[in-house]
Amino acid sequence: MAFWQTLGSVLLTIFIAFVIGMFYMGIRRKVIARIQNRYGPPVYQNFLDVVKLWSKSSNINHGIMQHFAPLWMIAMAISTLLFVPIVYNSDFWLNFSHKVDLILILYLMVFGPLGLALGAGQTGNPNSAIGVTRGLSQLVGFEIPWVIALITVMIQYKTTSLTELVSYQQIHHTWIALEQPFAFLASLLVIPAMFRYSPYDIVGAPSELASGPMSEFGGKYLGLLMSSGSIFMFAKLALIVDIFLGGASSWLGMIVKTLALYLIPVMWSAINPRYRTEQAIWSLWRWPLILSLLGLIIATV
Amino acid sequence: MNYVLNDRESSKIIEFIKNFARKNSLWVLAYGTGCGAIEIPPTMTSRYDAERFSIRGAATPRQADILLITGYLAVKTLKRVIRAYEQMQDPKYVIGFGSCTINGGMYWDSYNTIKQLDLYIPVDVYINGCMPRPEAVIAGFMKLQKLIGENQAKGWKHYKENLEWYRQNQRKLIKNWKMPDYNW
Repeated sequence: MAFWQTLGSVLLTIFIAFVIGMFYMGIRRKVIARIQNRYGPPVYQNFLDVVKLWSKSSNINHGIMQHFAPLWMIAMAISTLLFVPIVYNSDFWLNFSHKVDLILILYLMVFGPLGLALGAGQTGNPNSAIGVTRGLSQLVGFEIPWVIALITVMIQYKTTSLTELVSYQQIHHTWIALEQPFAFLASLLVIPAMFRYSPYDIVGAPSELASGPMSEFGGKYLGLLMSSGSIFMFAKLALIVDIFLGGASSWLGMIVKTLALYLIPVMWSAINPRYRTEQAIWSLWRWPLILSLLGLIIATV
Repeated sequence: MNYVLNDRESSKIIEFIKNFARKNSLWVLAYGTGCGAIEIPPTMTSRYDAERFSIRGAATPRQADILLITGYLAVKTLKRVIRAYEQMQDPKYVIGFGSCTINGGMYWDSYNTIKQLDLYIPVDVYINGCMPRPEAVIAGFMKLQKLIGENQAKGWKHYKENLEWYRQNQRKLIKNWKMPDYNW
């Protein structure tokens, strides 16, 4: 019974996260269109894009590593999603959130982009190579304030378990964002870089690098990358909501909180041009790093 | 399961869903060497907003569905267009944009431009005009959407079946034929 229950909750979680992520991407396109005084595509546009990409009849690849890169990406996205507690105190939606801690999730979140980097390297496209080097530089840029912010939380609450952090906030009716505002602000400033939205879209950069690491991925490979992107996005949003915004006791609460959180980088990206690589890294090492270090000092002293 | 998938009615439904997704998600690779490329930015941005008809720019040929040839093609650029077209993933469509792609337009007596695009790559929809306005461009896209929905836009199949004929025409113009084979 327990096995079938876990399997059912896992499959349902993946499916719901995929649908929510796709709708969030559609909402993003709509919001940006409205900010630019356009009508914009329908909210369900991304579903049609994915179905179209999956219905492509020819799919080229340049070798086994490029073939594996999207699979790697979606495997890491799904495992990150399953290790994040979505619904607090629920027997059914437990997944594997009580079995791992925050440190493993930090590792997993880096693995997906690294797999994509290996696959993009095999294509031999110079745009991919530039995109990968930029992506790894930016990874170093945002991982430092982000990890320091999470270490601050771990030190202050003396736990690395996500479920314990969520239950602490749910029992005491508080948000860690209010008790440790510096770490929250640092991770809020880091989110656009994590999602690679403007002004931190130096990796994809359609007009400059021809979508960077993805430039040789077409057809079903691109469809798989889009699906994994939507799942990964929801997993990251749910992770930040769990750590800082008190988690949620139902799917509806989770959707409301993640959507509110998601609209911040979306609107920020709609009004910003693109940084150069060194500007992106230095902007991440300035205020986010200062804020997270301040939070660390407050938490330890 | 196999019976359901091979059933005539269900394959019809699957075909309908595929065509619906294909026609409502057009990613355009705009090949803009001609003067017609100046009409693409107003088509895509706030004034005419082609994205509300699910038309979006694609960054590379691998990701694109439509190759939009804006204006004349010199013999040199034709080679690049053929390579870009062959790198695209099936099903793929071509839109000839402007009079130059139909009969040469104002370059009808030029020595180094091609006169008829149809001889070198299969064109699904032509947009007439010198230059066509954004309204005409969007009308051309909607005509292509209609053709895809009716399963009529089969230029890519035609190209594969008559590859020898197309290659003959291409080799007549491109003297130094050094095209790699891997781009299929």
